[in-house]
Amino acid sequence: MISIVPRGSSSQLMFILAPIFAIFLTLFFGAIIFAFMGYSPFAALKIFFISPISNAYGLSELLVKATPLALIAVGLSFCFKNNIYNIGAEGQLTMGAIFGGGVGILFYDVNSFLILPMMIIAGGIGGALWASILALLKIKFNTNEILTSLMLAYIALLILDYLVVGPWRDPDGFNFPKTRSFGESGRMPILFDGLRVHFGLIITLILLALSWFVYSKTMFGYQLKVSGYSPKAARFAGFNKNFLIFSAFAISGAFAGIAGIGEVSGPIGLLYRDISPNYGFTAIIVCFLGRLHPVGIIFASLIIALTYLGAEDAQLFLQIPASVGFVFQGLVLFFLLGTDLLVNFKLRLNTLNG
Amino acid sequence: MDSAMIIGIINIIIIGTTPLIFAAIGELVAEKSGVLNLGLEGMMLVGAVSAFVTLVITGSYFMALIVSLISGLLMSGFFAFLVLYLIANQVASGLALTIFGIGISSMIGKNYIGTPIEGLSPYFFVIMSFVIVILVGYFFKKTKTGLIIKAVGESHNSAHSLGFNVIKIRFLSILFGGAMSALAGFYISICYAPMWQEGMIAGRGWIALALVVFATWNPERVLLGAYIFGGVAIIQMNLQAFGVKFPGQFFNMMPYLVTIIVLVIISGNKLRIKLSAPACLTIPFNKNQ
Amino acid sequence: MTKQLKLILSLVLLAVIIVGGYFVATNKSGVESSDEKKIGFIYIGPPGDHGWTYMHDQGRQFMEKELGSSISTTYIEGVPENADAVRAIRKLAESGHDLIFTTSFNYMDQTLEVAKEFPDVKFEHATGFKRTDNVSTYAARFYEGRTVIGHIAGKMTKSNTIGYIASFPIPEVIRGINAFYLAASKVNPDVKIKIIWVYTWYDPGKEADAANTLINQGADIIVQHTDTFAPCQAAEKAGVLAFGQASNQEDFCPNAHMTSIEDVWGDYYTARAKAIVEGNWTSTDTWGGMDTGMVKMSPYNEKILSAELIAEAKALEESIKDGSTHSFAGPIYNQAGELVVAEGSVADDGMLAGMMFYVQGIEDQVPQ
Repeated sequence: MISIVPRGSSSQLMFILAPIFAIFLTLFFGAIIFAFMGYSPFAALKIFFISPISNAYGLSELLVKATPLALIAVGLSFCFKNNIYNIGAEGQLTMGAIFGGGVGILFYDVNSFLILPMMIIAGGIGGALWASILALLKIKFNTNEILTSLMLAYIALLILDYLVVGPWRDPDGFNFPKTRSFGESGRMPILFDGLRVHFGLIITLILLALSWFVYSKTMFGYQLKVSGYSPKAARFAGFNKNFLIFSAFAISGAFAGIAGIGEVSGPIGLLYRDISPNYGFTAIIVCFLGRLHPVGIIFASLIIALTYLGAEDAQLFLQIPASVGFVFQGLVLFFLLGTDLLVNFKLRLNTLNG
Repeated sequence: MDSAMIIGIINIIIIGTTPLIFAAIGELVAEKSGVLNLGLEGMMLVGAVSAFVTLVITGSYFMALIVSLISGLLMSGFFAFLVLYLIANQVASGLALTIFGIGISSMIGKNYIGTPIEGLSPYFFVIMSFVIVILVGYFFKKTKTGLIIKAVGESHNSAHSLGFNVIKIRFLSILFGGAMSALAGFYISICYAPMWQEGMIAGRGWIALALVVFATWNPERVLLGAYIFGGVAIIQMNLQAFGVKFPGQFFNMMPYLVTIIVLVIISGNKLRIKLSAPACLTIPFNKNQ
Repeated sequence: MTKQLKLILSLVLLAVIIVGGYFVATNKSGVESSDEKKIGFIYIGPPGDHGWTYMHDQGRQFMEKELGSSISTTYIEGVPENADAVRAIRKLAESGHDLIFTTSFNYMDQTLEVAKEFPDVKFEHATGFKRTDNVSTYAARFYEGRTVIGHIAGKMTKSNTIGYIASFPIPEVIRGINAFYLAASKVNPDVKIKIIWVYTWYDPGKEADAANTLINQGADIIVQHTDTFAPCQAAEKAGVLAFGQASNQEDFCPNAHMTSIEDVWGDYYTARAKAIVEGNWTSTDTWGGMDTGMVKMSPYNEKILSAELIAEAKALEESIKDGSTHSFAGPIYNQAGELVVAEGSVADDGMLAGMMFYVQGIEDQVPQ
């Protein structure tokens, strides 16, 4: 029998080894699947992991894709650390895009350096407001946030739908469901000429650093961790539980909202349905893969972004259908999640019946 | 509106609501044991496609049902292994299971899209959905095993110290959830809309998930909730056909808004929510801890 | 850290370096030498959806067959209509494709963005309205098909109630409803149309529910503007009649299916690819109707329709092709009773492209 025994503290070695181990397992099983499907395993794996980032444009795309994931995930870590299951970041992202995008549409013909900051702030406020509904419901009515956050996510998407079909429709757009484009002042500055990686990356990095600082250096971060780890201890210590719940929601909402406005004012430039390829949901996986830690989240967001790019390249160069890409992505996630065990537990071979 | 039309409306509601009941009652059992499985949508897709493909190959509805159930057991068994033995995070693993399910279902079904089949009458399964709900309700109230599952979901540590095998009980509960999700998938691709189309579950897994909480983990209330959800959707279609038009998006919001409102009303009573919500939901268990 | 672990770690790292090195070393793709032209496609859904994407893929395969070895084709399926689309389109452009078809409306700005960066690559955007020197647009006048099925429905309905399942309230769908109603009410002034918006292109369950609801409310003919064959199947089961959408749905509902409006892209794709091969491609705007073969009626169901009615429908097709019949010939009034198309004239393309009102007689409001 093999039994699982907790380590006294997380293993630093395994912290690094576990993902490597997971990647090897993925490569191994991935190779088997591709061979089984009749594709050359080596070529397929190369296309998945190397080809998407073999040039500057690819690297930039990786960052474009990872930016919203990392930002939302680090926001969510404030909730998850406190054992609050906010799974509706997609809705908070959408609200951020609506608030910020609304500003962008309002001032589409105004040229001013103030517009973008206004949009970003509005986006953050939009996301935070949407998440504070969840906080209020939880504090006042004790509702389960897994459900309410999911419901509000769908509602936010429908509100966006209503706006782009109805009142915000582009007057010169033949009644197609989309808004007019933001002006140049409403777009995120591009970091490198010819690439799409934009100022949102800088914002994300700043907020990641800030989150790390809050977690490790402030009383607030300490309280969050303690109340998540042991609600009893937190109660004895006299932490303000409601304040912690509210701020966790507000922070995660604001981050998701900023990610939303980053996406529409960055690569997209206007509002329509389907602005996000489920960033809000994917970020939940990113957050847990990154072990709720800002640095881990950076790596996790890059890995997840890479699997998306790899799946596209696999279609293009090897005609591997999109579905195989999803299967492979699922496998990567399973292995990463499964080997997580090694960080906090060790396996012990029992000679006796244990 | 005459009585025939009302019966017709009720008929449409019943047929459309049944898969929600199957998926939700399965998830309810898993959650009662303390495990949240967000992979419903993926398991339903795999259940739907394996049923469809088996039916096309063998021509047997019975085989289709069996293979579909097995696919649900496999998918959920894999999830159970991850979250119970490897102590992986339940929320993330469930989402990963959905991604995996989307991929593997369209891989399996690739060559079967647009194959015509003869649909199966839904009414046997409609009755079955009521029977299963009643049995699950009875199971939790009256049987010892039911009480043990509840105890495991309430406090795995006390259950463990009382000598119950927490992991085994959770594993079986998750398997039940998987089988029921697959049954929901079977029903959708064989009875409800007899065809295979990629992504044909179209978000019903998430609605089923919402239903469980909506029902505050009460089996009979799953029935009620499912019929409210299903009923609102069909009644709004009827109003539309009568020429009553709302901004469609706001009408589509209704089920979600109603859920939140009902949830607020139910959850306001702290005692009641405490009695029904499994205290150990999403909390991992390790007996050596 | 124990010695063994250190050893394992170094071995693992070594393995990573070796495997990584292998990949990098073999990362040289062969250079294309032939002068065959590469044609790329961006699909919104899976080619097997039996609806919109399926028909584009049929067009692609037709083109491949027609042009043989002078071209090769690639597609990327399931590309979301957001920032990801730019990358997908750009990858096609970057990997040496000469002509790229982007087959959904919301790829519009993304197509233009990539086109700006690759002036030598030609682009074709389906159903859009923005063009540049290297971006063409193309769409089909599906409403012409709706005129034909409207005519048939007007003649075939016994309850004078027709159920219409609509996806999203956009001009394309509204135009279809109007064309259908104008034709149906012309041959049967008592005809009534009940509309359900399902707010999706693709949800078999919901589409079936909508069809059953309409049938329950007395509709004896089901018309759909959604992507799956669920409505037609529901009609078959309930014993009423139906029309299919996008592709021929006869196999799925042989006793309900009267005809389908098919999207046929093959000829257009072949012509455009040929222009690339011959080097005379120019940016154009194509809105092709039945005369170009882009819109086709599936074989009429002889079990249901009388020979007389089939002949009428075919004659109507011919007159649409030669221009003697127009789907929107005046006088046309809106619901407020105002004349929008005068007697003797037809609706211009600008009005058709942005059509967001119902014509007089439809007892319903466009959802806002």
